[in-house]
Amino acid sequence: MSADSHRIAVFGGVYSNHLALAAAIEDAQTRGVRDLYCLGDFGAFGPNPDKVFPLLVDANVQAIRGNYDDSIARGLDDCQCGYTDPRDNHFARLSYQYTYQNTSERWRRWMETLPESLRLEVGGVRVLLCHGSPRRMNEFLWESTTSTQFLAHLADAYEADVILGTHTGIHWKRRLPNGRLFANVGVLGRPANDGRPEVWYAVVDVLPSSDPMNRPLTSVEFVPVAYDHERLVDEMRDECLPDEFIETIRSGWWTTCLEVLPSKERARGRF
Amino acid sequence: MWNLDLQQVRRCLADRQSVSKSTLTRPNSVTGDSPYVSLDHLDTLWFQVTGTICNLRCTHCFISCSPDNHAFDFLPLIEVEAWLEKSSSWGVKEYYFTGGEPFMHVDLPRMLEMTLKLGPASVLTNGTLLPNRMLDPISDTAHASPYSLEIRVSIDGPSPETNDPIRGEGTFNRAMEGIRKLLDRGFLPIVTATQVWAPEKDEEVRQAFVSRLQGLGYQNPRLKILPSLRIGREVLRERGYTTSERVNSEMMEGYESNQLICASSRVVTSRGVYVCPILIDDPDARLGSTLEEATTPFQLDKPACYTCWLHGAICSNYGGIGQDVS
Repeated sequence: MSADSHRIAVFGGVYSNHLALAAAIEDAQTRGVRDLYCLGDFGAFGPNPDKVFPLLVDANVQAIRGNYDDSIARGLDDCQCGYTDPRDNHFARLSYQYTYQNTSERWRRWMETLPESLRLEVGGVRVLLCHGSPRRMNEFLWESTTSTQFLAHLADAYEADVILGTHTGIHWKRRLPNGRLFANVGVLGRPANDGRPEVWYAVVDVLPSSDPMNRPLTSVEFVPVAYDHERLVDEMRDECLPDEFIETIRSGWWTTCLEVLPSKERARGRF
Repeated sequence: MWNLDLQQVRRCLADRQSVSKSTLTRPNSVTGDSPYVSLDHLDTLWFQVTGTICNLRCTHCFISCSPDNHAFDFLPLIEVEAWLEKSSSWGVKEYYFTGGEPFMHVDLPRMLEMTLKLGPASVLTNGTLLPNRMLDPISDTAHASPYSLEIRVSIDGPSPETNDPIRGEGTFNRAMEGIRKLLDRGFLPIVTATQVWAPEKDEEVRQAFVSRLQGLGYQNPRLKILPSLRIGREVLRERGYTTSERVNSEMMEGYESNQLICASSRVVTSRGVYVCPILIDDPDARLGSTLEEATTPFQLDKPACYTCWLHGAICSNYGGIGQDVS
């Protein structure tokens, strides 16, 4: 990394995976990042949701609110993911009820104070952080169902050079016209349905162009994070979380909440 | 005019947490005028690519499609190409092809090839006409594109005994053969069933569908159950809407209107641009000849709007019965 470059690390949904979050923070700190960000969905899926928040606060991770956090903080009935499949709804409900019951009032109030989006200027580049999309917290932007022309529209409408989101659980990026960029930074909470147990986050670099008349150059690198996932499995067992969730943590394949996957992303998975 | 932003809706919802879903979904009386829904953004562009012309004559068809219903005609390839070109500058997110039966259009493979360069596409078919000469090029295009091509196959029961009285003799087996051909080519079709059974049988029917599809080798089938739309031929099969089944302004309080496809979609037909694929038989649903004209807000005063209000974006790939829209 050159002296003139600006580098930030951006984490997606944590889903109560405090072990992966701790590993990702440590990893990012070795990469010379200036600031750390998290795009929300701190709870869900994993064990002991309250373990996540002190890690965020202690590492000075600037966070925004995801749909899960929004639901938990406001005491809504569900996570706002909009499933119709009864099996997906069953597991989503289990996960939500567990997380709701085990998130303390203190951290609910903390989540309530978080913004829905955050605008940054990184090395002269306008970066917009959001959870689902800039316009809707629970909008799924999958790689195979999001046209480039739509992303360009969002970049225009929200006056951003770089848009970073999460929510779907699978990382991807796309270069947009005029040097702009969209990236889904992935999630730390569970693997990316790719048959490996690592989870992912994104490092964003902004480099000044050699020609001062040109825009700075932006790039996104996805970083796999290995962590002690067997320890997480032990904690999940202690908390009586479903075997289906544990299988995902160990195998890297999604077993639940599959309904929302478009065909290309679904075809890459096992289920 | 209804054009709430998310913040407003959330504040409103927060204020109304004591209002139960049953209050929202079963209004006791119709009060006030029908609300309007604005087009937030043209996320989805539909093509009524074969108009109302279909090889089948389903007894529940809400636009009464049949082999001889020429109320809406085929869209020529050159017109679809022009609409696609125009749509790009609108930032359209995805495209849907419906009819009638889209596989009756000989140019469907070429249309999908053009579309999948711009964004994802979905085709709504009855699955009974999937000739290899069309499926093979479509499959090649789909696999080469970075975007998903979803094929939705309509079947209204998990057996010939339950499906064929609705869709016609032999259609169950033909549609299952269509699904097999799609699976052979690496597609993961979304099987779409209209709820022509009693709602309490949803789970039983769902299970029967799953077993039947697993019998074809579709281990984790994608299944979507839709409510029936009580217009068109469905009025004769079952019933039309009652006078109390209407959307009023009160019912939109705290309701996220972006769940309705009229907030994010328009449909191109041989007779102009309509608000949605459900209402094309209603002249009021024709909003103009161009996308610009068709940005007009739409008043939810049509009886079928009630079904969308109850179930959300039922026409999209991810809506349907089971979704909590309150």
